[in-house]
Amino acid sequence: MNIHEYQAKALFAKYQIPVPNGKVAFNVEEAQAAGDALESPITVVKAQIHAGGRGKAGGVKLAKKKSDVTPLAKEILGKTLITPQTGPQGKEVKKLLVEEGVDIAKELYVSWVADRATASIVLIASTEGGMEIEEVAAHSPEKIVKLSVDPLIGYQAYQGRTVAFKLGLPKEVVGQWVAMLGNLYRLFVEKDASQIEINPLIITKQNKLMALDAKVNFDDNALYRHDEIRALRDLDEEDPLETRATQYGLNYVKLDGTIGCMVNGAGLAMATMDVIKLAGAEPANFLDVGGGASKETVKQAFQILLADPNVKGVFVNIFGGIVRCERIAGGIIDAAKEVSIHVPLVVRLEGTNAKEAKQMLAESGLNLIVADTLWDGAQKIVSQVR
Amino acid sequence: MSILVNKNSRVLVQGITGKEGSFHASQCKAYGTKVVAGVTPGKGGADFEGIPVFDTVEAAVERTGADVSLIFVPPPFAADAIMEAAHAGVPLIICITEGIPVQDMMRVKHFLADKPVRLIGPNCPGVITPEEAKIGIMPGFIHKKGNVGVVSRSGTLTYEAVWQLTQRGIGQSTCVGIGGDPINGTHFVDVLGMFEKDRQTEAIVMIGEIGGDAEERAADYIKRHVTKPVVAFIAGITAPPGRRMGHAGAIISGGKGTADDKMSALEAAGVTVVKNPALIGEAIEKRLKKKGAGAGGRGPGMKAKGSPKTKAKSKSKPKTKAKK
Repeated sequence: MNIHEYQAKALFAKYQIPVPNGKVAFNVEEAQAAGDALESPITVVKAQIHAGGRGKAGGVKLAKKKSDVTPLAKEILGKTLITPQTGPQGKEVKKLLVEEGVDIAKELYVSWVADRATASIVLIASTEGGMEIEEVAAHSPEKIVKLSVDPLIGYQAYQGRTVAFKLGLPKEVVGQWVAMLGNLYRLFVEKDASQIEINPLIITKQNKLMALDAKVNFDDNALYRHDEIRALRDLDEEDPLETRATQYGLNYVKLDGTIGCMVNGAGLAMATMDVIKLAGAEPANFLDVGGGASKETVKQAFQILLADPNVKGVFVNIFGGIVRCERIAGGIIDAAKEVSIHVPLVVRLEGTNAKEAKQMLAESGLNLIVADTLWDGAQKIVSQVR
Repeated sequence: MSILVNKNSRVLVQGITGKEGSFHASQCKAYGTKVVAGVTPGKGGADFEGIPVFDTVEAAVERTGADVSLIFVPPPFAADAIMEAAHAGVPLIICITEGIPVQDMMRVKHFLADKPVRLIGPNCPGVITPEEAKIGIMPGFIHKKGNVGVVSRSGTLTYEAVWQLTQRGIGQSTCVGIGGDPINGTHFVDVLGMFEKDRQTEAIVMIGEIGGDAEERAADYIKRHVTKPVVAFIAGITAPPGRRMGHAGAIISGGKGTADDKMSALEAAGVTVVKNPALIGEAIEKRLKKKGAGAGGRGPGMKAKGSPKTKAKSKSKPKTKAKK
């Protein structure tokens, strides 16, 4: 789960991680009021969207005097920002963070990330802040220091010191650095984060460390034990169909193609998308209906697939293991009666009682095509849609 | 011979009185697996279809000599269940549960590191040695005893592949589901090593997907240590970057973990990579035939690379470059 920069900074403040003074604003008046309340002569107006690259896209502006906040807020609010991370359709800006400008002496990079390979939380730190870390990794990997923490022991001060001295941080900053890393680690563990990235982490002209940006992602699997994090979810930043799918316990990711797919099992769902492409069309979505595939689930799944205007055909691919195919066929037939399916529908069922299920589908009187194998199904739906 | 589980495995089911645990314990028993105990804290002394239920794993092991634990415990309690089994000395733990928090699994992995325990999963369908023991949720009837080892990160996609093999009369030695989580107990590399040493296994099917670098590590391992033919399918050529595709571990992050990279690495290691999952059965059949027709009895330690007999071409359409 993602959150906005202003929410991440609020969390940082709770964990004694220094952030600039600032406030979120949902309209121009609030933005001006927030700017007026700040002491610094310079005010920064920042678009709040769940994507990076906002600066280059015109989503971060400096107000050199207080009265500039209003025109800048007017410019950014409601604008659709297109960044490499938003995709070509971009994201509309619905909120701003209005923040004090800070004097920057140096920009650093810090992130904590859940690392599969070591099964631990790993620190990535660099003196090259304010740039794409992938660029730094490609061109000056020696400027990146990594450290992994034993999850059974936790972060130890000597680890923070080692990194500080390797990076050549000024002596005056080392103590703050060590403490800050510890606070970030504590936040990571206590809130079940999956990544915390601060780019840039700055050293101010007064030799103080401060997080100028904040990006925090959370482990979806752990949200059940964090009501306070779930409350930070912003549905505006999610695709409405995907939000609807999660309400019904469906795993759905919207893509751009024309063939809607409904499958049981994530690996098989990905393979089905792949096979559609091999057959000459593009999948409209990923959808894993899971082990359930009851009439209700199938009905919801059909409705979500068909709500996507790009969908010109639907391919249902279910491998029934424990779940019996004739039950699934029954579910499809019932659902198809209640949801008017106005596009070609190909159904492939395999596994327990597949023969019986195929018979049921063929005799249902529904306008659908029964397929035998995965490849057969993919080819059939693609040719129907052409 | 098979690997990990066989007709002598003695299985205890943690969570046996729950909806999933009870259903699957019953199914495994019906398949012929020796399900000797169940564990549900507070229900010790009860009986499930003739299977004694205990309060703790320790008690179950002591009384029944169980040597495999099959875990059907909900996500908030599953890591704890794994640790309980490990502490009780169960040498093989198979965790079906999907949705365990990542940091719980970090702690579990480190906890297991100094113990003589193997964890399979979590978020996996389990392990089956056809016609001997089914320890998981896979449908037994699609499997057949034979000489192909199957290792996969997926559930239903594995069944798809296995069914193709069985329909061609190609049986399986053991099928291992390692699961779809980013942090798990057993990797491709571990299972490949076991299949290489197993006399019953003559060829291997590997099913991977986007996310992480397990397949790349497997490719490196295969280059150096595996002489048996390997056929692989990697799901997720069409997956967009940065999105979790169902499985917690199936995510392309920072440009890493793409299906393309994995397929290239495996091909470079001499693996037959099929781009169309419908062709897995056909590909293995071809590799087995090639091997049988005078590969000259390659033994362990003899490199397969470079031998013209093993240079099987991918059974696929020309690869199109993924758009950047």
